[in-house]
Amino acid sequence: MRASLVKWNKGGLKNPMARARGLGSAHEGLHHWIMQRVTAVLALPLLIWLGFSIVSLIDADQAAFAAWLSLPWNAVLMILTVITFFYHAILGCQVVIEDYIHNEGFKLFKMLCMKIVLSTAAVVCIFSILKVAL
Amino acid sequence: MAVERPLSPHLQIYRWQITMTMSILHRVTGVGLTLGLFILTWWLAAAATSPEAYQQFRVIVSHPLGIVVMIAFSYAMFYHTCTGLRHLLLDTGKYFTIPEIYKSGYTALAGSFVLTAVFWLAVIFRG
Repeated sequence: MRASLVKWNKGGLKNPMARARGLGSAHEGLHHWIMQRVTAVLALPLLIWLGFSIVSLIDADQAAFAAWLSLPWNAVLMILTVITFFYHAILGCQVVIEDYIHNEGFKLFKMLCMKIVLSTAAVVCIFSILKVAL
Repeated sequence: MAVERPLSPHLQIYRWQITMTMSILHRVTGVGLTLGLFILTWWLAAAATSPEAYQQFRVIVSHPLGIVVMIAFSYAMFYHTCTGLRHLLLDTGKYFTIPEIYKSGYTALAGSFVLTAVFWLAVIFRG
């Protein structure tokens, strides 16, 4: 992606071989594919736990929720849920951006924005959990 | 784009099928759920901010409009989970015959409705 940003310009000065080099696979796709599956499988038990937790917390006010989240088991599972869900979302959004945005510069921009915004939200979640739990 | 090569897939030449609709909806719900993560962020951040901020979150999500949004997100979550499990099943390289692919597709679709109903019945009849 990064290489093609430079290489697909229309300038006619480049040797065709110089354009072609570096446009192949970055050999990182398999790791992405595997981590998408790993996070998907991890998300399943975490979702079941989150579902039961939300049902039990429907009537909870802030004090009750804080008491619940202060239990180490719940805080740890909540942090794991946040990491797993956000990681999975970043991987998924990356594929969507790669598939549907064909302007290389705009693709790079969107990709960075998406990853920065989602990573920031994940950090906000984890900080909030720790602030309530500790 | 510097070169105008044909891009796959040629969506416009396919006859509509339930399988492709489910695949598209898996993506749509995935992107939707990413937006839903900001509600999760809001929930946790509100709890860390103050009892008033948490109360404000509760008031907004329990408003009729908030509940409609929550039902939509919960359905998206269960749909994405069921079709995701189906994708994991297909990753094994089996069940690719036409009858099998339809069977797993409709099973996942039914599962998403059942799970959403079970979840909201649990919310209504908790305790």
